[in-house]
Amino acid sequence: METKNVMIVGVGGQGSLLASKLLGFLLTEEGYDVKVSEVHGMSQRGGSVVTYVRFGDKVYSPVVAAGEADFIVSFEKIEAARYANCLKDGGKIVVNIQQIDPMPVITGAAEYPENVLEELKAKGVFVDEIDALSLATEAGSAKAVNIVLMGRLAKYFDIDKEKWIAAIEKLVKPQFVEINKKAFELGYSM
Amino acid sequence: MKKMMLGNEAAARGLYEAGVRVVSSYPGTPSTEITEYAAKYDEMYCEWAPNEKVATEVAFGASLRGARSACAMKHVGLNVAADPLFTLSYTGVNGGMVLFVADDPAMHSSQNEQDSRHYAIAAKVPMLEPADSVEAKDFVKEAYEISEKFDTPVIVRMCTRIAHCQNAVELEDRKEIPVPEYVKQPQKYIMAPANAIKRHPFVEERTRKLVEFGETSPLNRVEKGTSNEKGIICSGTCYQYVKEVFGDKVSVLKLGLVNPLPEKLIRDFAASVDKVYVIEELDGIIEQHLNKLGVPCIGKELFPPIGEFNQATIRAAFGIEQPKSVAADTPIPVRPPVMCAGCPHRGLFYTLAKNKITALGDIGCYTLGSAAPLFALDSTLCMGASVSGLHGFNKVGGADSEKKTVCVIGDSTFMHSGMTGLVDIAYNGSNSTVIIVDNSITGMTGHQQNPTTGYNIKGDPAAAVNLEELCHAIGIKRVRVVDPYNLKQCEDAIKEELAAEEPSVIISRRPCMLLKYVKPKPALKINPDKCVGCKMCMKLGCPAISIKDKKAVIDATQCVGCAVCEQLCKTNAIEA
Repeated sequence: METKNVMIVGVGGQGSLLASKLLGFLLTEEGYDVKVSEVHGMSQRGGSVVTYVRFGDKVYSPVVAAGEADFIVSFEKIEAARYANCLKDGGKIVVNIQQIDPMPVITGAAEYPENVLEELKAKGVFVDEIDALSLATEAGSAKAVNIVLMGRLAKYFDIDKEKWIAAIEKLVKPQFVEINKKAFELGYSM
Repeated sequence: MKKMMLGNEAAARGLYEAGVRVVSSYPGTPSTEITEYAAKYDEMYCEWAPNEKVATEVAFGASLRGARSACAMKHVGLNVAADPLFTLSYTGVNGGMVLFVADDPAMHSSQNEQDSRHYAIAAKVPMLEPADSVEAKDFVKEAYEISEKFDTPVIVRMCTRIAHCQNAVELEDRKEIPVPEYVKQPQKYIMAPANAIKRHPFVEERTRKLVEFGETSPLNRVEKGTSNEKGIICSGTCYQYVKEVFGDKVSVLKLGLVNPLPEKLIRDFAASVDKVYVIEELDGIIEQHLNKLGVPCIGKELFPPIGEFNQATIRAAFGIEQPKSVAADTPIPVRPPVMCAGCPHRGLFYTLAKNKITALGDIGCYTLGSAAPLFALDSTLCMGASVSGLHGFNKVGGADSEKKTVCVIGDSTFMHSGMTGLVDIAYNGSNSTVIIVDNSITGMTGHQQNPTTGYNIKGDPAAAVNLEELCHAIGIKRVRVVDPYNLKQCEDAIKEELAAEEPSVIISRRPCMLLKYVKPKPALKINPDKCVGCKMCMKLGCPAISIKDKKAVIDATQCVGCAVCEQLCKTNAIEA
């Protein structure tokens, strides 16, 4: 199988590392060769963060370059657009429509590009918008945005829903399993 | 059993399986997790040392006493540890010793892009470079074999894309290695001139033997391609990018032992292909080696010494078509890292900026005080440099400079190498004002304990350095503590200490609000009837505050109720 590429992007502190861990674990269980690449440190402090998940028969590079991503899962609206050039022709963007102003917007040095997803759609990019923050809150914790988005991504994957749930049970702390299972269901069924 | 592991976690597993007993390190991205994961194994004694030099010397002591030992650091940490390393090369080891160094091409979390391979060459010690997590574990175990067989410390070079990439690793059992009786060997371990002069020929002979070892070691391997047109020499990450682009279409010489480099192996490989390419991130070290051997190759002319590569870099260099991609035309505003909402550093930096104070900065979260809108810092060089730099700055600037210049350094960085600068200030009678921003943790690298926090790497209670007493003992009479959430207290202290005719230390103390034991207060709210949209609160650069429809709004999911903004609001529009 040709290597598939998923990028998980967002703002430092949004919980994208758990999402990539979940995906990496699940795909390994499915028998794929998997690489998950992340950057720690400076970028955790509210900066733009990106994690790469690659899987297939044999994965070499730990990173995804321009035009290679099958999926971009974005935890924030404009972060999806920031990395849109990484999307492959026919690739899909799953995006949480939450808006988190970056510092240049907060200080008034730049404007938040409200309509950038519309622009991408007009260029023929597949964009699946989801209000993951509301769904996560409904599930019981605003922090479950990551699992709502994984639920949404699961719709596009040829892996049984039960296996995703099993991975959540395995990786999430026992006291948060129920919330996260609910979050997954909400993302999946929306 | 197979497990998905970060390169750093796999390296730690390698330490465990290799029977290592002692690991001492100072945190630094992207090396930190090696020691954090090592500390999860009770069979190994692990610790955070105050700096990399100490860590390396602890590992030396453990090796001298006969146990396998390790230390880990980021690339710039090796600058600090270079002193013991260069002479450790002469003494060699008793128990095997490995020094991890993690390079950071593209500077994801670093102040420079130095290539650590130069240290292996300069110190004349072998260096291994794994290309994924599987190799990270295997190479660590091999490194101990080399260390003991050739009587040398061994450097294992990681880099961001190996250290922070996970792939599946097969777990094996730990091999316990008994610690032998201690035998005194002064000729080997007392590096006074009479002994050292005899060890240098040993070092040169060892390098010769290591070159020979590298000719046939499986650490270096040739992967024959389906075509002989191109032969690519590479190591680490670059190997992965080359395989990603070419698969088995080209011949590859993958180097795992990157110092010393083999000679015959490279000549034979070059003879087997039409054209040799050397692909290496950062400096052209392998390329220079080929130049020395007289083997024609193409290297840095196609692959620049700046930043990190990926598969697109390789495609571009060889004129291979890139995949199609689309991008938004609308510019996307940058999203730089920022001080968190409720960060205790913010109030202090606001006070410095407001009073137009020159501030020499240091390495840590507080380096972010240099960013918009505070722009509160004037320099950031290396660990500890703010304190000693301030002394030099004031020696030139004189009384004028002493009245409006400070340095800002974190608690962990002060313990690392700031306190020696303070000794210089006290000893040489510098009228300087040093601010220690004590957030009770090593923040930027992800919350590691340090000698001031009262806890060790395992989270168990430990002796804590009392910063006030330490500064007094160094010879500073004026030492005072302020709460950075209290702007007036900060401003008064800074003005008074700058005015004082002797050196002083201000400790700006409040724990990082991301620490688990710090309980946030309820979020504050803006009363829109009172807010006049003056944007005073925006001067703090707090990510929880923004302007909507000409009024300030506070993001309740981010605000921790630190109330620094409340102290700035002239219309009392910020309410609990």
